[in-house]
Amino acid sequence: MPDTFLIHAALAGIGLMIAAGPLGAFVVWRRMAYMGDATAHAALLGVALALLSDLPVALGTALVALVMAALVTLLSSRDRSGDTILGVLAHSALAVGLVAVSFAPEVRSDLSSFLFGDILTVTVADLLWIWGGSAVVFALLVWRWNPLLTATVNEELAQAAGLDPRRERLVLTVALALVVAVAIKIVGALLISAMLIVPAAAARSFARTPEAMAAMAVLIGCVAVLAGLWGSLTFDTPAGPSIVVAAAAIFAASLGFRQRAR
Amino acid sequence: MPLIEAQGLSVRRGDNTILTGVNFTIAPGEIVTILGPNGSGKSTLIRALIGLERPSAGAVRHRAGLRIGYVPQRLHLDAALPMTVRRFLSLPHRVSDAAAAAVLARTGVADLGGRQVVALSGGQLQRVLLARALLAEPQVLILDEPTQGLDQPGEAAFYQLLEEVRAETGTAVIMVSHDLHVVMRASDRVVCLNGHVCCEGTPEIVSEAPEYRALFGLGTGGTLALYRHTHGPDHVHDGCAHDHDHAHAHAHGPEAADA
Repeated sequence: MPDTFLIHAALAGIGLMIAAGPLGAFVVWRRMAYMGDATAHAALLGVALALLSDLPVALGTALVALVMAALVTLLSSRDRSGDTILGVLAHSALAVGLVAVSFAPEVRSDLSSFLFGDILTVTVADLLWIWGGSAVVFALLVWRWNPLLTATVNEELAQAAGLDPRRERLVLTVALALVVAVAIKIVGALLISAMLIVPAAAARSFARTPEAMAAMAVLIGCVAVLAGLWGSLTFDTPAGPSIVVAAAAIFAASLGFRQRAR
Repeated sequence: MPLIEAQGLSVRRGDNTILTGVNFTIAPGEIVTILGPNGSGKSTLIRALIGLERPSAGAVRHRAGLRIGYVPQRLHLDAALPMTVRRFLSLPHRVSDAAAAAVLARTGVADLGGRQVVALSGGQLQRVLLARALLAEPQVLILDEPTQGLDQPGEAAFYQLLEEVRAETGTAVIMVSHDLHVVMRASDRVVCLNGHVCCEGTPEIVSEAPEYRALFGLGTGGTLALYRHTHGPDHVHDGCAHDHDHAHAHAHGPEAADA
């Protein structure tokens, strides 16, 4: 029987992937990678602000992530080629977060856990928050699945069918902010978008429909979590980055699969 | 009331006026082609008729409960998005396998259900897009340059299909084209656009050009466009003259066949 901390860690990672798998698929399909970065980096600012104002960390993270995601959504929907401005935002958010953190001594002493996650110290309370947040995001995506997919395929097609692409963007914005708030404890602000993008990108090789790709992303993410934890214990490496390394390895292998499938 | 009616429709984008004072109606079962050179506002008019574009003046009215089937000019799927034709037909509303198979058979692509959308040829994709639009049982089909990128036999076959669908379902059709062949083939009415409506009218059979029959293999179906000019006293003429000459030059002689 593995230790409790390990079981908690595995449950936390799997809980995250239930939301990050399908959301990550949309991030890949809609080319929102920078938006994921900007939102995740802003989460660090959220942590600092929450600690300075005695708010719960999860709440502060979620609020600041939501503001950032909304800002990025607004900018990117106005100008589809706003790649530069997104890059500016993503990196500025990180820098502002790091500066803000210097005013919060509690975070300062433990900065790396917010940058790279601290999955091995997940508590039962953390688990409840992670699974609760993930369940909300999962339910949101399932509920809006077909409208989201239609707006992703072609916004005019969606509008002609009476859908409002702005509303679907809002759904993704909220989902992204929630996932970031859930994931910061697990993989940290720097690697959250990796857990969105890498499993979904790996899943592409094995899928013929959007639903299959989302499901495969969840599965690949869970395998990466377990493999990463195992590697972390075996080689005494940091857990969060080890999980992302495992996911990246699966992605590399998936490319070989795609080559042969063709 | 017509299915869609636009009155005094103007659309601006920033400082540019794209459409000025356009009046447009479409009746049930009618096939109308909007014709004009690049940049004449054809796609903008289509978008405004659907409700995707906000008028800066005038209004667009839909008959209550109007069902529109929209076929976009292009469908660029990201290669990262896996999508079979069958799955695509279930956007935005899920449809039964039987309905999907029937509509694919109707549009002549019965065996494509399992194919990836990104792997389709231009002609196949147009038929799949049409199939998806038909699943909504539309009262009006709206197609933005539906035969762009098709060769002439492919184009002719697609318009033939549209006419058959209209005959079977009674749907009205609004098409956009910059290609005079469309006008000659399959329209009840043609609206010539260049920022405003230059002229509109019913194409009448004026000739049975052998070149068209050879091209389309349609016997008596090869018709040439004839515009009835409807310039009113309040009509704006700037920018129209060139377009008229262009249309007439092509429409009045059989030598236009290979243009």
